[in-house]
Amino acid sequence: MKTIEQTTDEVLNLAATHFKVSRSTLQPGDDFYKKLGIDSLQALELLTRLENHFGVELPDYEVQGVSDFHTLASRIQARL
Amino acid sequence: MDEYKGKTLSWRMSDGIVELALDRPPANEIGLAMLEDLEQFTSSLPSLESKASALILYSEQKAGFSAGADLRELYEQARKMDVSSAAKGVREFLERIHAVLNRLDTSPLTTLAAVHGVCFGGGFELALACDLIVADKMARFCFPELRLGLIPGFGGIPRLKRDVGNGVVRDLLLTGRSINATKALSVGLVSQLAAEGEALRLARATAAQTTKFDRSTAAAAKRFIKPLPAEELRREIDIFCDLFARPAIMEGLRKFVENAGPHPYLP
Repeated sequence: MKTIEQTTDEVLNLAATHFKVSRSTLQPGDDFYKKLGIDSLQALELLTRLENHFGVELPDYEVQGVSDFHTLASRIQARL
Repeated sequence: MDEYKGKTLSWRMSDGIVELALDRPPANEIGLAMLEDLEQFTSSLPSLESKASALILYSEQKAGFSAGADLRELYEQARKMDVSSAAKGVREFLERIHAVLNRLDTSPLTTLAAVHGVCFGGGFELALACDLIVADKMARFCFPELRLGLIPGFGGIPRLKRDVGNGVVRDLLLTGRSINATKALSVGLVSQLAAEGEALRLARATAAQTTKFDRSTAAAAKRFIKPLPAEELRREIDIFCDLFARPAIMEGLRKFVENAGPHPYLP
């Protein structure tokens, strides 16, 4: 079973790869909308990437109000 | 017309397969312009159907197949009118889009929707009018209408009921959540899953397969297994129009349209 730290790390790696930014620029507490300069359609792309990678379903309402990577990872962790 | 380029879409026929490309930036929102282009397409269908075996609908827009109805246009048009005139205008639009989707639904061609990215609301309803949905792994499907105090109005509920179990219909409708293509495959909504960017190629291969079969037999089989839920489609229009007449709807639309934040497509 992954730890939350491992999950968070994978979330950051996936976000960096998907949005073509340097992984080193992303921190768990970052607001991913602001840091990545993305909108909700792009956030849904990230959601899909995460669901496919972790093999979970993450309903949109579960990420309502979530804007940082660590909290996003915790939502995923709760479904592993 | 075997080839056509409109304001929001184009089509061409080659080797017995018609390909209709949706191409209205940013996300193929379905408003008056696309409705008119789709009506132009359905008026050309009889000629195309005499020569082709299959039809593929796909999108040229990066965001996805279609984000659904053009809510900005709907809000801008409706707020200029009194409630009664707005309701009348909405009903007229729905009856026209239903006529288009019903014609597509009952075409003797084998119809495929090649879906990538967002397939939401009216866009989802356009895909559901097709016989098969081929989706790439990054596609997402959603009926977000309840978030605005509405229900799907382009025929989505009767068509979704035709394809998947009622539990899935309730889940999508009552939560307004989006599901990814892998989940959609598992519930039978999507017939084939493609790698990212490969949905159109897979749809073309599938369409090519259908050209091997006798057209009149395939058409007879389709009429038998895919009846049009005509009565429910009419009732859906009535329910939508009743809901639309409520003041809260315009307020919900205003909030969506004026939302300058990054979250309009999230609940």
